[in-house]
Amino acid sequence: MTVALSSKEIAGQLSVKFPGAAEEAGKDSVLVKSDSLLPVAEYLKTGEGLEFDYLNYITAVDYYSYFEVVYQMTSLKYNRSVIIRTRCYSRDNPTVPSVIRLWQGADLQEREIYDLMGITFEGHPNMKRIFLWDGFPGHPLRKDFSQ
Amino acid sequence: MEVSSDKEYIYTSSELDRYEGQIIEEMKAGSRESIADPDAWLDEDLKRNIVLTSLDWILDWARRSSIWPVACFPACCAAEIMAIEGPRFDLSRFGMEILRASPRQADLMITAGTLTWKMAPNVRRIYNQMPDPKWVIAMGACGISGGIFRSSYNVVPGYNKIIPVDVYVPGCPPRPEALIYGIQMLQKKIAKEKVVPDLPKLKLPKIKMPEIPRL
Repeated sequence: MTVALSSKEIAGQLSVKFPGAAEEAGKDSVLVKSDSLLPVAEYLKTGEGLEFDYLNYITAVDYYSYFEVVYQMTSLKYNRSVIIRTRCYSRDNPTVPSVIRLWQGADLQEREIYDLMGITFEGHPNMKRIFLWDGFPGHPLRKDFSQ
Repeated sequence: MEVSSDKEYIYTSSELDRYEGQIIEEMKAGSRESIADPDAWLDEDLKRNIVLTSLDWILDWARRSSIWPVACFPACCAAEIMAIEGPRFDLSRFGMEILRASPRQADLMITAGTLTWKMAPNVRRIYNQMPDPKWVIAMGACGISGGIFRSSYNVVPGYNKIIPVDVYVPGCPPRPEALIYGIQMLQKKIAKEKVVPDLPKLKLPKIKMPEIPRL
């Protein structure tokens, strides 16, 4: 069975490599600053002894004052998994770097988050709506969405 | 990763997206009222071809005994359709087991599942491609009224906003027996249909007869 890696351990490794990138290490996830998300993700994918080569999912949460994007990845080699989160505080134009260059499976999920939550993923080659049609007013999974 | 194509298309994909959005918005705006049962108005074209025989019975018999459905299964009621097609419930007893992949060869559309607005133009296109005479069964709660997703932002509240529906089969999902019963109801409906409709009755102006005083 896949072992969820201790977030403290991961945060310790990250703070050696990228000082200041990990904001907090919670019970089961690491909070990463959004501008250092890409190097952290690249390190998690290719780093020695980590090799999280499989992206389980990306999802997003609306906490009113900020959005949180959650990534879970698994290392098929070491059979371990880790969850990292990142936040964006802008409500009008929230932006998070895209991880599509590292995991291609992020393509449709990032588009889904853009469609339903309104978070733009920078560097995504095809950032447009996927479930709803062009011209749909608003982003329906936001807490303040009303018909 | 770069999204590139070696083909040159007439429209760019963003143009197509905008066009699709416009179609959906127009459909949403134009479908506030649900479409009534089609029996009353569907045969207007047929009124022009008047054949003075009583072929009705035999034509209706032929039509109702070989209804071929088209595959329009957007959601989970399709699992019930599979059961109906299978050996246990065996829809072929009624002469309608042949699921056509092309709407051009089909008479009946069994709308098994929730319909989103994004899918709605395609369903109407499938309906338009079916040759006359054609019938529609709205299967399940979502097909009838949108079901539990009725108040959602992207679900069509019932197929009858988009296309005319003949028979409604309730259930979530309906039992296979219920759908077979619905199809039998449709067969009864077809049996009553007049291939050659009645000539329009002459409307004579009403003459007020003088009252005869009682003796």
